[in-house]
Amino acid sequence: MRLTLKIWRQKNSETKGKIETYNIDDISPDMSFLEMLDVLNAKLINEDQEPVSFDHDCREGICGSCSLFINGRAHGPDRRITTCQLHMRKFKDGDTIYIEPFRAKAFPVIKDLVVDRSAFDRIQHAGGYISINTSGNTQDANATPVNKEDADAAFDAATCIGCGACVATCKNSSAMLFVGAKVSQYSLLPQGQTEASRRVVNMVNQMDLEGFGNCSNTGACEVECPKGISLDNIARMNRELVKASFK
Amino acid sequence: MSKKKLTFSLNYRKPRSQYKDSDELMICIRYYHKCNDTDKTKIIKKSTGVKCMLKDWNTDWHKTNDRAPIKSTDPNAKKKNKILKEKVKSFDIDELYSSVKNDSFSPYLNSNIPFGDLDKKWTNHKNTINLVSPANKRNIDIIVVGTGLAGGSAAATLAELGYNVKAFCFQDSPRRAHSIAAQGGINAAKNYQGDGDSVYRLFYDTVKGGDYRSREENVYRLAEVSANIIDQCVAQGVPFARDYGGLLDNRSFGGVLVSRTFYAKGQTGQQLLLGAYSAMNRQIARGKIKMYNRHEMLDIVKVDGKARGIITRNLVNGEIERHSAHAVVLASGGYGNVFYLSTNAMGSNVTAAWKAHKRGAYFANPCFTQIHPTCIPVSGDHQSKLTLMSESLRNDGRIWVPKKSEDAKDVRSGKLKPTKILEEDRDYFLERRYPAFGNLVPRDVASRAAKERCDAGFGVNKTGEAVYLDFASAIIRYGKEQALVNGEDENNNELVQKLGKEIIKKKYGNLFQMYEKIVDQNPYETPMMIYPAVHYTMGGIWVDYNLMTTVPGLYAIGEANFSDHGANRLGASALMQGLADGYFVLPYTIGDYLSKEISTGPIPNDTEEFIKAEKEAKEKINVFMNNKGSKRVDYFHKKLGKIMWNKCGMARNKKDLESAIKEISALRKDFWKNVKVPGSQDEFNEELAKAGRVADFLELGELFAKDALEREESCGGHFREEYQTNEGEATRKKEFQFVSAWEYVGEPKNAILHKEQLKYKNIEVKERSYK
Amino acid sequence: MKNFIATSIGKKFAMALSAIFLMVFLLQHFLINITSVFSADIFNFLSHFMGTNPLVQFILQPILIAGVIFHFVMGFYLEFQNRKASKYEYQKVRGGANSTWMSRNMIWSGLVILSFLVLHFIDFWFPEMNYKYVEFLPEDPNRYYEELVHKFENPIRVLFYCVSFILLALHLLHGFSSSLKSMGTNKTYVSAVKNLSNIYAIGIPAGFCFIAIFHLLSNL
Repeated sequence: MRLTLKIWRQKNSETKGKIETYNIDDISPDMSFLEMLDVLNAKLINEDQEPVSFDHDCREGICGSCSLFINGRAHGPDRRITTCQLHMRKFKDGDTIYIEPFRAKAFPVIKDLVVDRSAFDRIQHAGGYISINTSGNTQDANATPVNKEDADAAFDAATCIGCGACVATCKNSSAMLFVGAKVSQYSLLPQGQTEASRRVVNMVNQMDLEGFGNCSNTGACEVECPKGISLDNIARMNRELVKASFK
Repeated sequence: MSKKKLTFSLNYRKPRSQYKDSDELMICIRYYHKCNDTDKTKIIKKSTGVKCMLKDWNTDWHKTNDRAPIKSTDPNAKKKNKILKEKVKSFDIDELYSSVKNDSFSPYLNSNIPFGDLDKKWTNHKNTINLVSPANKRNIDIIVVGTGLAGGSAAATLAELGYNVKAFCFQDSPRRAHSIAAQGGINAAKNYQGDGDSVYRLFYDTVKGGDYRSREENVYRLAEVSANIIDQCVAQGVPFARDYGGLLDNRSFGGVLVSRTFYAKGQTGQQLLLGAYSAMNRQIARGKIKMYNRHEMLDIVKVDGKARGIITRNLVNGEIERHSAHAVVLASGGYGNVFYLSTNAMGSNVTAAWKAHKRGAYFANPCFTQIHPTCIPVSGDHQSKLTLMSESLRNDGRIWVPKKSEDAKDVRSGKLKPTKILEEDRDYFLERRYPAFGNLVPRDVASRAAKERCDAGFGVNKTGEAVYLDFASAIIRYGKEQALVNGEDENNNELVQKLGKEIIKKKYGNLFQMYEKIVDQNPYETPMMIYPAVHYTMGGIWVDYNLMTTVPGLYAIGEANFSDHGANRLGASALMQGLADGYFVLPYTIGDYLSKEISTGPIPNDTEEFIKAEKEAKEKINVFMNNKGSKRVDYFHKKLGKIMWNKCGMARNKKDLESAIKEISALRKDFWKNVKVPGSQDEFNEELAKAGRVADFLELGELFAKDALEREESCGGHFREEYQTNEGEATRKKEFQFVSAWEYVGEPKNAILHKEQLKYKNIEVKERSYK
Repeated sequence: MKNFIATSIGKKFAMALSAIFLMVFLLQHFLINITSVFSADIFNFLSHFMGTNPLVQFILQPILIAGVIFHFVMGFYLEFQNRKASKYEYQKVRGGANSTWMSRNMIWSGLVILSFLVLHFIDFWFPEMNYKYVEFLPEDPNRYYEELVHKFENPIRVLFYCVSFILLALHLLHGFSSSLKSMGTNKTYVSAVKNLSNIYAIGIPAGFCFIAIFHLLSNL
């Protein structure tokens, strides 16, 4: 395959970036999108140009590192996948592909396509945990039964990989799907009930502090989420916050 | 020789009145008349880890009254002697003496196994090791490198205990560590299913699965604390799978006959890591953990022989930083990426472990690598990494290749569809060779069997390096079951297919979807293709029972150490080991060392040693940046990977290993001469980071091959073609029942071998059979 | 409570509350207007009641006006905040791939509705206020129907009126379910809400358009 790539290049967080155009051929449809970028980088290095920086690690769709906005969509045209799981067979010979970083005020660009998502970490620090001692001297794991529906729903919320596609794709750069998923996971489990109020209030406040936008329920996040986290988690977070505020 | 016990008595080294808690105690051996002085030195070093002072001892100074243990006539003798008594150990003198004589194990490795019966050792040890008071913990700093299951849980627990923790990871967040990719589950001896599981059985399975190359005491401890892990994780909000009664569900995994694996769909590693990450978050919020994201460790700093800090590079702006602490914990994972293609993450590397090795930590069993049988086969040269399909698939999938080689040929060329091959023309080779365990044999056995069939010409994909994993019969089985449950016609083929596929989808939906995305084939309709791939490394830094390396104050946990899995790891045991080390073992054992550090005070990071190490790290980076070479880092990495896969892969032989050592050595020279690193050092520069990692892989690879060469037997993941039975099964040898711990002295091929003998007192060493 | 309103979710919740209030009002408004199609008398009776009842005039009306103003001011404020949060612009965005046009353009449909409201106030409310409270004209329980019919004589006005209602429909298509989601509707009700939302969002504006066109045609 032959492709024209329009890639965002930016030296560092201080400088302004711009779109650069690269032509590339000999791309096999069996390659993953990141392997295609590897080929481009090999070519750039051989031509004494600087390779394109992008975040990636596990390359099997679970670590949440890869974060590319491809042809106007977070993680590219396919659904329920991360960038690393996108394969070139989804594109046609001769296509022009726009590759940009995940953008939001709360996600400053570090270099090229690499962004700083530590805002997510800070939201988690604010309350993304259950305050129990790590000694292991808790009650037996089967002491508190959890009904299967709740356990499954908690699991579905917990599958969030923290990639930031929800923020990147949201026209308001809202992080509510991310925060909602975490709040939901804990609020659905009996173990998380004790400090549910404190958690949701602290996490929402931190989210606001980080400069994420508000939710206008467009549902774009749910569609682009590689793990298919449901919008319902945002509604649950809203309920939880109301509960916590008017208690 | 008589079966007398060698006992130590402990005496104060100075008059009791002047004695402080932190002072060293003197250890005296009462019974050593048979040995000459050299042997005595070795015995003492081996059994106590203390450098010997024979001169002192011969003067009998320790026999003077004010230095001896307190006599029982003293009313407070018990209390006063407590600290001494706790330290008294006993050894079998014959064994110790003869092994020192024959030099069959190293005098420089002391595994610090506590006394007592196997099932009491850990409890006794916890009861007797030194502790640090809460007030003192506040003044002690610990560095943790890596934030996967082991590192994350250790950092959280150490901070919880009150130590000041600095945690480092090269990813942009601790949550991205590669533990997250573990799919199948985590073992624990809970016996919730009532199928006869117990701590002993988990211990037994793990030792047997590891082909009797793991340390008995460590494994037993692992099995003991495993149940705690599940309690801990549930309390932390990890959403494990549950049944309709609301209780935890289990599945079974390769190599065992009970269901003891807890799971969260195919994302158990993710859920457990997020659990550890949440525990870390809590401590970060409390200010007890200082988190350094996007930092790569470049070196260990030793001061007066003790690990006192690390040198790091900030991957965002390239800054080289010095960090000091009272102890350093390495939780930096395995080195599977030495093969270039593996299921490890792109960034997984050996640098931290290798740098520790170069600074004096022995590297144990580097050749023990696990090749996982169920990975998606390589599709072409562009491949950057391999994707694992969970081993749980083998619960329902049947592995086969065509019986006739002409069928295999037709399948490869695309002329014949696998579904068209008749049942009697299929060779379910695992069921054929291992009727008892069938498709659920341990990973090493399954991998080798697949390779054997492919090498014999029965491989089924374009490259001939794949076998089928077929769910057709499982679909029918489940479909019929479900039809009966629903009260529908179980002979209606269409209905059965539909119901069966639904069940399979519920169980493995995400894996099937992943397969389809990558391979572009529908695994519900046509069998999956799988091939073994490098997955896990059982070898790692040598550690004692306390998880301390041969460098005082330097600890290694999780996949980075060698201790628990022997020559082969059972499925769902990696998560168990990482969390056991991090949550429940290291936080206790590190106290023993740190109790001597309470009066040390803060460790300055501007001493000579730090500045020297920093300078060396900078110089190395300068070499990369100024080397106007012509070949990319990946060129060397791929080449190294090819050598490793072809010559140190699933089957090894003397000739290949010898040539691998030469080739790797030559490749390393070429690397330093011709490597090309673009960009600059003071910015985000992935190529530079990769160059440093590959440089270390190039050294490790050589040691790997050397270790494989010296281990003249087949066991677990290490299969030497020279040592196999007529049926192609591994031949284990009694004389290799030891841990090879390598000491760095310069070129990896000159490394010095130290042996730690493995003794199995509670388990009978048998031929490992899954037939 | 104070802290709740300060959070992003609190604002969104308040926005949703005002939206639900306005939707209830709109329904009531529609139910009164539709009577004009069947019977001038009922319409006059209801209009007179609404126009003269002190409870409606001095309590509900100010609340309504406050609600309208709040909804708009909050809408602009949130839009401003959201734009600040996403200040970086993509070179290429395909919003249509993952969300509806309505959901992405609430501010624009809202602005059209605002301009319509201005016209509507000029048409009905200002003259009404003028009639009642400035010039103190005598009460005439039968004038409402005539005034209504009179306004829909002009086809251009009716056209603008209908266009505005189409945008209102678009606004409601997203707004109805969105407001309920913002208030935390449980997922059990998602499909019910969706159906109700579609019925309401298309039915009410279509009804208003029908009234306008009905009177336009009747005038011919």
